[in-house]
Amino acid sequence: MHSTNYILRFTIVMTVVVAFVLALMVSGLKDIHILNESVYNKKGILSSVSGQLGKDISTLSEIEVGDIFSKQIEQKVINVKGEELTEAQILEATGGTAKKAEDLDLAAEAKKPEAEKLLPLYVFTDAKDQKKYNIIYVRGKGLWDEIWGYITLSEDWNTISGQAFDHKGETPGLGAEIKDNKAWYGQYTGKKLYNQNGDFVSVSAVKGGIKVADHQVDAISGATITGNGVNEMLGRGVKYYEAYINKNKSNDTLNIQ
Amino acid sequence: MAEVHEITKKETVFSFGKEEKKLLSDPINDNNPITVQVLGVCSALAVTTLVDKAIVMGLAVIFVTALSNLFTSMLRSYIPKQVRMIVQLVIIAFLVTIVELALKAFNYTIWKELSVFIGLIITNCIVMGRLEAYAMANSPWKSFLDGIGNGVGYSIILVIVAAIREVFGKGSFLGFKIIGPTAEYALNTTEISWLGWYTANNLIILSPAAMFIIAIIIWVHRASNRKLIDIS
Repeated sequence: MHSTNYILRFTIVMTVVVAFVLALMVSGLKDIHILNESVYNKKGILSSVSGQLGKDISTLSEIEVGDIFSKQIEQKVINVKGEELTEAQILEATGGTAKKAEDLDLAAEAKKPEAEKLLPLYVFTDAKDQKKYNIIYVRGKGLWDEIWGYITLSEDWNTISGQAFDHKGETPGLGAEIKDNKAWYGQYTGKKLYNQNGDFVSVSAVKGGIKVADHQVDAISGATITGNGVNEMLGRGVKYYEAYINKNKSNDTLNIQ
Repeated sequence: MAEVHEITKKETVFSFGKEEKKLLSDPINDNNPITVQVLGVCSALAVTTLVDKAIVMGLAVIFVTALSNLFTSMLRSYIPKQVRMIVQLVIIAFLVTIVELALKAFNYTIWKELSVFIGLIITNCIVMGRLEAYAMANSPWKSFLDGIGNGVGYSIILVIVAAIREVFGKGSFLGFKIIGPTAEYALNTTEISWLGWYTANNLIILSPAAMFIIAIIIWVHRASNRKLIDIS
């Protein structure tokens, strides 16, 4: 039997040693962790334009990712009123933590009331034909945890020309298919958010066959709640961008004609 | 006589004889942590959907069991008996945090996929069980080997279960499509290939399937190993 004094000394010394080593490791690896995270997020954004890039995004190195990002992507931050924010305004709204769209703490933004939300918007320029694509960000809830996605809209702000979903903890093989199964998420490409009258319809995953070709995709069997989450996320997420879309739609459409 | 005894003792510090071999081979077969002791089943159900995940998880567990056994054994005469479990837990948590930080720095995608399960190695019964049952009473070298043996025994079952689940649940192995239609996933069934008729079975991906697979492995293992046949 050891004395209480010994036990105290032993535990204190041990905890201090362990804490010191771990603290050293955390601060030593901090830069790599931050870099990894930002590369991962950027790859998520680029996945939504992988069709236009014609590359497999997961195999790109961090340098290539940074290169595409600095040359072909323009970052914007907007609010629900459709106003584009300047760098100073972004700094002010985030309390100095973010300067550009890529720095935004998206999980925190999702919890803010609608009027205060900052929305990232990426404008991708295709190197081949100089066409511009607008990448919007949506976030919602799956079965277990949060799900989010980047939706690429063509110049008409209506046709989906690419998409990338991600999730925090959906079931592999079922809900996680929204990220892993190309045959499923690929269905969104070519679908339209607005109908011919210009009303917002969104795109929904439905069971038992597609009835409205422009606005429906086949749902994943066995992942009803995740599928409903994606539908809800798209419906609500696009709404936030609506003011901005309406503002730019007419301009851009005129430009095309 | 005393001199001779001392020499043999020195030699045995890092020796690798019959006993040490048994430490490595026992947990792989006769005393497998999953199939015989039925420990660590929780993570065996959760991280066995894909083979690459199972391999990384197995390596992480080998690292943690080996080093926690080593450290605990080195400290065993200094650890106060009243708080030994807490001390063991601190050692395990320390090693698991190291694994997690290293994985996050060097393979971010795998870290993202395993996420919570790396942290849950702390609660893996195998690790704590080996510390209590073995490392607290044996020399560091033997404890280290025992840790490796148990980690490997656990990983082998993990990889076997993951291989079965990935092949039948996703039609792929280590990410390469091997059975089922050749196009990406089940939605494209137009292509006829070798075993192209096979539709990936979603049930295999779910945890209950892992339960059945582990149960079948236990059955096969017990039936084929004479030492494990319960005579009573």
